[in-house]
Amino acid sequence: MSFASQPQPNRIAGKGRLTPANQTRFEFDGKILGALEGDTVASALIANDIHLVGRSFKYHRPRGIVTAGPEEPNALLGIKRNVARHTPNIRATTQEVFDGLQATSQNRWPSLKFDIGEINDVASPFLSAGFYYKTFMWPRKAWDKLYEPFIRSAAGLGNAPEHEDPDHYSSQFAHCDVLIIGGGVAGLSAALAAAQSGANIIICDEQAYFGGAFHFDVDPKIDGTNGFEWAQQAAAKLAAMDNVRVLNRTTAFGYYAQNFVGLVERVTEHVSAPAADMPRERLWQVRAGKVIIATGAIERQMVFANNDRPGILLAGAARTYLNHYGVAVGRTIGVYTANDSAYAAAIDLKNAGVEVPAIVDVREAPDSQLVAQAEALGIRVLSGQAVTAAGGKQRVSSMSVAKIGGGSEQVIPVDAMIMSAGWTPSVHMFSQSRGKVKFDAANNRFLPGTYVQDCVSVGACNGTDDLTAIVDEALNAGEAAAKATKPKPRRNSVKIKVEGGAAWDGNMIGAAPGAEAGKVVKAFVDYQNDVTAKDIRLAVQEGFHSIEHVKRFTTNGMATDQGKLSNMHGLAIAAETLGKEIPEVGLTTFRAPYTPVTFGTIVNHSRGALFDPTRTTPMHESEVALGAVFEDVGNWKRAWYYPRAGEDMHAAVNRECKTVRDLVGMFDGSTLGKIEVVGPDAAKFLHLIYTNPFMKLGVGKLRYGIMCREDGFIYDDGVVGRIAEDKFHVTTTTGGAPRVLNHMEDYLQTEFPDLDVWLTSTSEQWAVIAVQGPKAREIVEPFVEGIDLSNEALPHMSMATGKICGVPTRLMRMSFTGEAGYEINVPADHGRMVWDALYERVEAAGGCAYGTETMHVLRAEKGFIIVGQDTDGTVTPYDAGVGWAVGKKKEDFVGIRGLKRPDLVASGRRQLVGLKSKDGKMVLEEGAQIVAERDATVPPKMIGWVSSSYWSENLGAPIALALIEGGSDRIGETLFVPMPDTTIEVEICKPVFVDEEGGRVHG
Amino acid sequence: MLLIHCPYCDEERPELEFAHAGEAHLVRPANMADMTDEEFASYFFYRENTKGVAFERWRHVHGCGRFFNAARDTVSDKFLKTYKVGEPKPKIAAAAPKKTQAAS
Repeated sequence: MSFASQPQPNRIAGKGRLTPANQTRFEFDGKILGALEGDTVASALIANDIHLVGRSFKYHRPRGIVTAGPEEPNALLGIKRNVARHTPNIRATTQEVFDGLQATSQNRWPSLKFDIGEINDVASPFLSAGFYYKTFMWPRKAWDKLYEPFIRSAAGLGNAPEHEDPDHYSSQFAHCDVLIIGGGVAGLSAALAAAQSGANIIICDEQAYFGGAFHFDVDPKIDGTNGFEWAQQAAAKLAAMDNVRVLNRTTAFGYYAQNFVGLVERVTEHVSAPAADMPRERLWQVRAGKVIIATGAIERQMVFANNDRPGILLAGAARTYLNHYGVAVGRTIGVYTANDSAYAAAIDLKNAGVEVPAIVDVREAPDSQLVAQAEALGIRVLSGQAVTAAGGKQRVSSMSVAKIGGGSEQVIPVDAMIMSAGWTPSVHMFSQSRGKVKFDAANNRFLPGTYVQDCVSVGACNGTDDLTAIVDEALNAGEAAAKATKPKPRRNSVKIKVEGGAAWDGNMIGAAPGAEAGKVVKAFVDYQNDVTAKDIRLAVQEGFHSIEHVKRFTTNGMATDQGKLSNMHGLAIAAETLGKEIPEVGLTTFRAPYTPVTFGTIVNHSRGALFDPTRTTPMHESEVALGAVFEDVGNWKRAWYYPRAGEDMHAAVNRECKTVRDLVGMFDGSTLGKIEVVGPDAAKFLHLIYTNPFMKLGVGKLRYGIMCREDGFIYDDGVVGRIAEDKFHVTTTTGGAPRVLNHMEDYLQTEFPDLDVWLTSTSEQWAVIAVQGPKAREIVEPFVEGIDLSNEALPHMSMATGKICGVPTRLMRMSFTGEAGYEINVPADHGRMVWDALYERVEAAGGCAYGTETMHVLRAEKGFIIVGQDTDGTVTPYDAGVGWAVGKKKEDFVGIRGLKRPDLVASGRRQLVGLKSKDGKMVLEEGAQIVAERDATVPPKMIGWVSSSYWSENLGAPIALALIEGGSDRIGETLFVPMPDTTIEVEICKPVFVDEEGGRVHG
Repeated sequence: MLLIHCPYCDEERPELEFAHAGEAHLVRPANMADMTDEEFASYFFYRENTKGVAFERWRHVHGCGRFFNAARDTVSDKFLKTYKVGEPKPKIAAAAPKKTQAAS
């Protein structure tokens, strides 16, 4: 795109590393602004002299950009690419500008400059720490209508995107010998040393460019060149090596067990028009032999009155904007510091032509050489003095300075301020690795102490500040890591020459003079959560003495920046108020993620159709063609019912139910779990696993089996067929297949390892077609070869092997409907062919296909239980009315002892019964509770619940199964089912509604 | 994600391939049917729930399918040893965290 370059008033000619010719533009709150390629949104806004970028969370105070990196607490913007691509709460300091980017300020209404919510700032005496906990307590009734809606609308920053995420994300597992987190001088040095050995290395850095502190620190030289340039060369050299993977724009966000580290690579977030096949972000799940943590340090703010006014930045950040982006943060800049590093920033700014009226240093005697350097440039150094307040509202306009301990105040007009209270080592990754930090009292900082995982910290995050010492430490660590993971490393020959880069001295934690206890000022500790020094003191005074409690009560450090700036200040103020030493108060634990990670990256491919696999049966397409409506059963799609023209579900199910009992129906039972149990001891094994006896089951016979857990409760059921002396075909419930196999394997491997038995899951090998109804034999007979279907040769509960439609079959004469019928097992590949052939004949005979709903109704008419519907894990075979399936003469089976427990043999247990609605119409609700008296006092005693309930078209009446206390002894009694609008009267009956004698199955 | 060593495959594999299966070294009594209520309760219901080294069963369910035993420190979540079914309970004391100083 070509367009006239727009003036950017704070851009300093000749400064920075961006190319003036590479103009681009973006939008901020609807206004089009110029920028340079390589700018962040923050640097571009400052270049346009915009500092006011948002409103604070609680008080809605005007807020500006504070930092130049991922620690930014204030400058959170909505970033939009197009209507579907809007992400809230993006740090302006890390988002690179691309042509067409639209940024929007947040937490303000109606506009950034005029925000109604600002009333909270005036009302702040009523919004102290723990405000929500104290205010929204009573009356209880006010919660739903008043408090909750208020809190919900006030809570949270930014607006969630309204459209489905159109982007795709990528996920990659990686293994390496050495993972290096951080690409500053320490990380690069360690990588160079480790890479020489031939070890496999991954080095990542969250920024676009490697070099870390060299973004701002232009003084030191490495191998004779300036640090930033050296870093680019080092990264390029590493990238060219086969054994090194170099990842920029990649944040290590989580450090998990066994050196498992999560990285997120922002692949196209900085690109104007990303290629459609590129992922937005890539998740790296890295398993590293060794991890070298080289995450540097983060500068802290000074805690003084109104330290949150837009235009007040960290000194290092101002230096980054100048030296990397070529942008001055103001034209007249005041400096407030407790640390040497701010002097370098002041000197760079002054040399770039910016007015620096004064450096205010809380220290009595700062380094005389630095003072002399500053003064030589005409910068006044006010040592032993403090900034008591910043002036201005939507932009800092002055700083009030006074001697510490009293004295007259002078007001110095400024249009920006920079500050430094010293540097906090980034121990986030170390702490996440479960390492224990130790306190370095001399420098007021926590450093890595006791390591738990195989990792090492180098450089500023390890408290090493002098550049020469950093490089030495990093080279040693890189070499040692490579040696540890690569037994025979190549000779290490990396030497790095360092000039300059002496450590900066001085620091301060806690409130600065002027914001100490007793002063009613807003000196912010945590910008993002609006926590002031006063709030932390108040929390301690109110009895919160553990730092974990102080954190939760004040919300200090709980925002998305995770207290990167605020933790040390908050801790120091709490310790001071408690009168304790800092190590006694302790540091809160760092947790993943280090910076926010998008849901898209975490969810990655697991959405839509890929969220969970879908399982379909071999006959699925034929069922689709028949117009089946499907239901989800676990991962399975099962045909639920087959509506014909004009039919709703009710009508279709009624027709299917009648057709099966009158003529014939076909059902897809392929989802049933199937396990082949083979071996000389197969019968003995099943004898132990099932409650039923199995030793004497004849070859070619079927048996309905109940399986219990050791506690005596029903675990699963199914039909078992004996194919040969040493071979059984076991079926399980659809949902129970994996756990039944696991249960069997468990006993076989660990309790009965002497049994010679093999278990194989064959669920997906067999397609199962049930043909049920009076005409079942007539339908099946013409297709069968080698099997005599007569009642004499193949009676109910027997099976035979042979052929159907020319393919092998295990043909089982069995019934889950109460009608005569078959379950035809054929190899899965032939399932559809056999289904289609049978269906043609079923249809010609006036039959139909029926789905799971009809199957449920028909089996309920017969009182056959469904494990998991009519049982709930506390139901014994006796409770379920299948006590006959427990072998009375057996010496052992799984559950034999549990079934004898006193509470399992006690009277009054809930037992399976049938229920009839007395009005003959009302279908009960499954799960409904049952009571004995119609008008019992509330709450009435509930004596059971409805487990299955349907309309039975065959009976012209509703039917239900229920578990009721002492149910078997209450046949004929009247009970009640209270519903919200009525009470239904029901009569207990035996749980069999159709063909109680069971003659039909033998037809 | 933890890496777990399967003693049958003799390989370290990701946690996703495994399923936890309760406390180890509990033997199903041969005289099941004759146990007193107290004996059954102590066999079936009571568990150690150790803070420190716990002996537990795992199954390489999405691998070889074998059940095996493991000694795991429930405080650090570290697997100290895995071993085959039938092997005796190893003698393991809770490991102290490794005291390594940063490289210097």
